[in-house]
Amino acid sequence: MLQVFPDIKGRFGDFGGKYVPETLMGPLQELEESLDKAMADPSFIEEYHHVLKEYAGRPTSLSYADKVSEHLGGAKIYLKREDLNHTGAHKLNNAVGQALLAKRMGKEKIIAETGAGQHGVASATVAAKFGLKCKVFMGEEDIRRQELNVFRMKLLGAEVVSVSSGNGTLKDATNEAIRYWVANCEDHFYLIGSVVGPHPYPRMVRDFQRVIGDESKRQFLEVEERLPNRIFACVGGGSNAMGMFYPFLEDNSELIGVEAAGKGIDTPEHAATLSKGTPGVIHGSMTYLMQDENGQITEPYSISAGLDYPGIGPEHAHLFQTKKVRYESITDNEALSALKLLTQTEGIIPAIESAHALAQAFKEAGSMAEDETILINLSGRGDKDMATLMEHFQEEV
Amino acid sequence: MLTKTFFQGKLTKTENLFIPFVVAGDPTPEHTIEFALKLQEEGADVLELGVPYSDPLADGPTIQRAAQRALQAGMSLRKAVQLVPELRKRGLEIPVVIFTYYNPVLQIGHDDFFGLLEDNGVEGLLIPDLPYEESSEIRQQAEEKDIEFISLVAPNSDKRIQQIAEHARGFLYCVSSLGVTGERNDMSADALSFIKKVKEHSSVPVAVGFGISTNDHVKLVREHADGVIIGSKIIRLIEGELENIDKGQTSLALENFSKGIRELIQ
Repeated sequence: MLQVFPDIKGRFGDFGGKYVPETLMGPLQELEESLDKAMADPSFIEEYHHVLKEYAGRPTSLSYADKVSEHLGGAKIYLKREDLNHTGAHKLNNAVGQALLAKRMGKEKIIAETGAGQHGVASATVAAKFGLKCKVFMGEEDIRRQELNVFRMKLLGAEVVSVSSGNGTLKDATNEAIRYWVANCEDHFYLIGSVVGPHPYPRMVRDFQRVIGDESKRQFLEVEERLPNRIFACVGGGSNAMGMFYPFLEDNSELIGVEAAGKGIDTPEHAATLSKGTPGVIHGSMTYLMQDENGQITEPYSISAGLDYPGIGPEHAHLFQTKKVRYESITDNEALSALKLLTQTEGIIPAIESAHALAQAFKEAGSMAEDETILINLSGRGDKDMATLMEHFQEEV
Repeated sequence: MLTKTFFQGKLTKTENLFIPFVVAGDPTPEHTIEFALKLQEEGADVLELGVPYSDPLADGPTIQRAAQRALQAGMSLRKAVQLVPELRKRGLEIPVVIFTYYNPVLQIGHDDFFGLLEDNGVEGLLIPDLPYEESSEIRQQAEEKDIEFISLVAPNSDKRIQQIAEHARGFLYCVSSLGVTGERNDMSADALSFIKKVKEHSSVPVAVGFGISTNDHVKLVREHADGVIIGSKIIRLIEGELENIDKGQTSLALENFSKGIRELIQ
């Protein structure tokens, strides 16, 4: 019999749950009840899909990458083009869903955490669209590194709150957003950006992102009249991968999640949570995380700010443990090479995050048969990464 | 009127309790011992010994800073627990509650962790990110080792108040208002009616914490609850003495600290 995850306690096997201060148990309960009602209400689902179609521009295309397939010689490579989604990445799918839920719950103020700023921009965008007040928590170090996205959020009317606690990065911004929510939960909705956090967040974000996998499946069947042999997606917190994988979990396609190996998983500078981390609790959820021998959470590293997170969604931890998904890791340099190859063969500049999925797929494509197929979730576009890319490629172009 | 005893018989008083919180190792283990002894001298009934954590979700900036100082000085969960026998040797008699986030406990493992608590004579345990629904295994292990597992209730615990209160051990930690730890200006009327409701269901003393930072707060809480828990304000008093400590004027620092405590709880 098919087991349904998460169970009523919010668990995906050994992972998930609600490891939060008592003051958050009430708000999480309220959220779960409202979410269940909304998801069972056809008018809510209809509104969500309507906004995705009319506003975000869905469905996004499925592109056959003929040039890069030919170049690598092997499997046929298809790209799910989340880079064409409004605001340039998959993040908006989830932000739309949660903003509609916030409105339904009568909460007119939303808060969000952001690392690179992509989820912050998506949150600020839906706040502008739906008339909500928006506060985005961002580490002071990230604010310095992501000047352009900070300005974008402000232009959209959001307030960006600088977080100086800890190391001033995504982990600390998330802590601070949760702390703010604890104190202001009566009229604030916490719009979390990935499949992380306490139950019901991992389930909710997955369900607002599964549109990626649902569309892909339909589109792929239409073109190829079969399902892909292998499906690749990058994993930081893991929302684009969960959204892509979820509708394929019971199929025969092999699913591959790609983590950031940074400067190499044998160096201290990486964000490969499943490859190198151990089970524990982070941001209210039992999952894998990067920590020291005393259980203090350590700071990850990746060239890609969107993968630079010391934890991972609890459902990924479960899929890893039960071997339903294979997890690999890709270094900064491998990702950059894949990015350049796609850019120059297909005329698509991917986000550095998505380039991790590309790199792993490119590694495997050549050794696959010509009648086999690969689907890669191209989760976002590279416009936001131009400063980093200039640093690396200036001499070569 | 409660007549039971708590914390392995070491707490016989069940009203007007003063429960201070310090972070182990802030700024050094030696100073933690000195401050704890002063707190006992000033009438503390139970000591909450906080374990510093990298990601303290329930804590405001004051306790975060203390945790950072202690972590920099090399403190860990294991070392904090091992500080308890040191405290005893130096004359601490009141029961000690280890206050730690859950992740460090998980890394030691439940069985070894309870072994560690038992070996070092710890009487109580509080894990702020382990709510009732996630704590049944820990509560049972605590029961077996005769260690009081402290539960928290918040103003929005709502229907869960009764369930939590009925299973409470040691004392029941009543969170005075929504938010993280830290000093606040006012205690609301809502908070007082909430405390009253909690007391109706509790068979252990009800102590109020979060935001207790003035003598007026202390007096008000005393009228309505069985005890007062003070954390951030005490950390602030310690912070105020860091300069004296740095200059090697420890006895002056301790004297000032005691004076501050007296003004707060008199």
